Amino acid sequence: MSPLGNVRNWLDQRLGWDDLIAPLRKKAVPLHKLSYWYFLGGITLFLFVIQVLTGILLLLYYRPGANEAFESVQYIMTQVQFGWLIRSIHSWSANLMIFTAFAHMFSVLFLKAYRKPRELTWVSGMILLFLVMGFGFSGYLLPWNTLAFFATKVGTEIAGQVPVIGKPVMIFLRGGEEVTGATLTRFFGFHVAVLPGLATLLVLLHLLLVQHLGISMPPKLEVEWTANPSAKREMKFFPNFSLRELMAWYVALGALGALAAVFPWNLGVKADPFVSAPAGIKPEWYFLFMFQTLKLIPPKVWFIDGEVLGVLVFGLIGLLWLLLPFFESDQPSYMKRWITGLSVFALAYVLGMSVYGYLAK
Amino acid sequence: MVILRNKLRSFSAARYAGLAGFIVLAAWLGYGQTTNSCLDCHSALPDPLGVSQEKFSQDIHAQEGLACASCHGGDPTSDDPDKAMSRKAGWKRKIDRKQIPQLCGTCHSDPAYIRQFNPSLRTDQLDQYRTSVHGKRFAAGDTKVAVCTDCHSVHDLRAASDPRSTVNPVNVANTCARCHSDAEYMKGYSIPTDQFAKYSTSVHHQALAVRGDLSAPTCTTCHGNHGAAPPGVDKVQNVCSSCHLFQAQMYEKSSHKAAFQAASLPGCVVCHSNHGIRHPTDAYLGTGPDAVCMRCHTPGDRCDQARAGLQSGLNRLDEAIKGADQVLGVAESSGMEVSEARLRQDQARDSLTKARVTIHSFRTDLVDQDIQAGLKIAAKNLQAGKQAMIERNHRRVGLGVSLIAIGMVLAGLWLYTKKIES
Repeated sequence: MSPLGNVRNWLDQRLGWDDLIAPLRKKAVPLHKLSYWYFLGGITLFLFVIQVLTGILLLLYYRPGANEAFESVQYIMTQVQFGWLIRSIHSWSANLMIFTAFAHMFSVLFLKAYRKPRELTWVSGMILLFLVMGFGFSGYLLPWNTLAFFATKVGTEIAGQVPVIGKPVMIFLRGGEEVTGATLTRFFGFHVAVLPGLATLLVLLHLLLVQHLGISMPPKLEVEWTANPSAKREMKFFPNFSLRELMAWYVALGALGALAAVFPWNLGVKADPFVSAPAGIKPEWYFLFMFQTLKLIPPKVWFIDGEVLGVLVFGLIGLLWLLLPFFESDQPSYMKRWITGLSVFALAYVLGMSVYGYLAK
Repeated sequence: MVILRNKLRSFSAARYAGLAGFIVLAAWLGYGQTTNSCLDCHSALPDPLGVSQEKFSQDIHAQEGLACASCHGGDPTSDDPDKAMSRKAGWKRKIDRKQIPQLCGTCHSDPAYIRQFNPSLRTDQLDQYRTSVHGKRFAAGDTKVAVCTDCHSVHDLRAASDPRSTVNPVNVANTCARCHSDAEYMKGYSIPTDQFAKYSTSVHHQALAVRGDLSAPTCTTCHGNHGAAPPGVDKVQNVCSSCHLFQAQMYEKSSHKAAFQAASLPGCVVCHSNHGIRHPTDAYLGTGPDAVCMRCHTPGDRCDQARAGLQSGLNRLDEAIKGADQVLGVAESSGMEVSEARLRQDQARDSLTKARVTIHSFRTDLVDQDIQAGLKIAAKNLQAGKQAMIERNHRRVGLGVSLIAIGMVLAGLWLYTKKIES
């Protein structure tokens, strides 16, 4: 027996390895012209792992605190061997992960993969998307540079607009009335302990559900293949699809390396709470569509404060989006078309507003 | 009948309550109102007798509770013009120009009185005025010279801190220019009338009017306000040194001070001019149109050689800073972290500024110390920039090798996939 076979045999005797991976061997991925969208979840997972690994490495040198954070990141970028690479990969990977998470969400939406019995997969995925945005928001402040400082100030101010609970939430997030070193240590705690813990649990749940329920296929194809089982085309998850996924991960790794080497993530200027905010300050691109919408809402809509209304509407939309599968019926109906129309509109709105927000002064 | 009486009783009670309320309201509205019948007529009169209620309400004196009678006398409580403006009531008619400084001084030279309104307001304006060129000429009977109201205006006089005030720092030059730029008005005084035109082109005007820097000098900063007078040829450096302290200290110890004094030359003004002072450049040390040294010195002499050395030193440091800036800029735009070197560039720039200040000592050894310090920092920064560029190139080579490795793994995976699928 080969050495690898010996190891496998050894593990099988102690862990029941063959039984453990048996479901993976049976798992199959539907083959159709939109199959490549199935890679997005895996790429997002890969980027999450990259985030965890580079995050742990950054933790070796990063120091949370208004007097040390910026200097420690500067030290990582200039003095630590390959520190620039780790930090740049962490920043680029964060952005790519948010992009692929959004793309994954919309692909699930258009392929209608959220339908019964995958409601919980959707809900766990949506919560993960919110967590990923939380990672972005909390991590953005950690280098304690001017842009991050004011973006956090504006972001937490918007959170403070929510009626009744807004102010306490804002004070909780900031660790006081203003964005200070207390906010930084708090965001650090969220970023490296609270959010990773929650995200890891949800990722496991999400993967477990995907494994348990199998890979969804578009409704039209499902009807066709049920009517004509001989037309059904599948690919074994292991090793065929896994090998392709691995290739996608390698491409993502190459892209990350190239971005980090050619466009290292800028550190900016150390935050100074006593200077005025830079002109035309904007949040990170993934919050831009919401930010731009809030800017466009008039100061007063009827008797409600425009910003409060905007925050409430976004909160309501987020909740409805989370519960989207529960509005879908089993039978072909008007509702189904309505959800698809809404999804197209949402995608166009997010893209359009993000571009508008980017170009707006 | 009883019912009717009861109804009437309640009506009278209401009527009395209403009347009492009206009286209280009228008393409340009338409380604190000072009768000033002057404006009843004068607000309707044309200039020069007209003073509108709106105009007078802007006056700081009116805002502090003073009325027309406070300066003009008379009885403002009388509606009868004959009684209100009677000698018996102390009416002073239109204030004679000759009496204005003394009249204003009645209150403004009385510390006890002024303290009630503004304890920090000075009360030596009249004394200072008497020492000024305006005050001396005025005392000699020249009524064309400025008195209080010419600069501060009248009937709508605002606090100097009010941006609309004629004596607010941003407006002072215009206020002075009303007379001093009027060639016709200034005829007979044998002083130039181009000061404002020159000042408008100056670096000081640029700072004050364009950048809004209220600490930048205007006419009164150098000449004084109430005690306005030319600073005097041998005292110019004392005026400039109130802001340009280090330059003045250097000049005080320099050989030029004695030379300028001996030649009765006005210190700083010799090189920098006065009202039309421009932002100095290193070309002042050159031999071109902007050169100032060569206005007095002879080409080829010992001082000319020192001048050339100073200019070359400043140019060298300036070029070194620009060179380092350029390399650091390229490194920064390539995403390299060079903020520490960028910060050190400010130190090099500080050395250049210090060297330019030290020029006022006219000592090559002192200037050279600052230049050498700056050159050392600039060289270090240039090296940091070059190092960053080398590092950038290493990264790109590393990226290329990594991408080749990733490409090979990808090709291997693809071939392996094809193999197991065939």
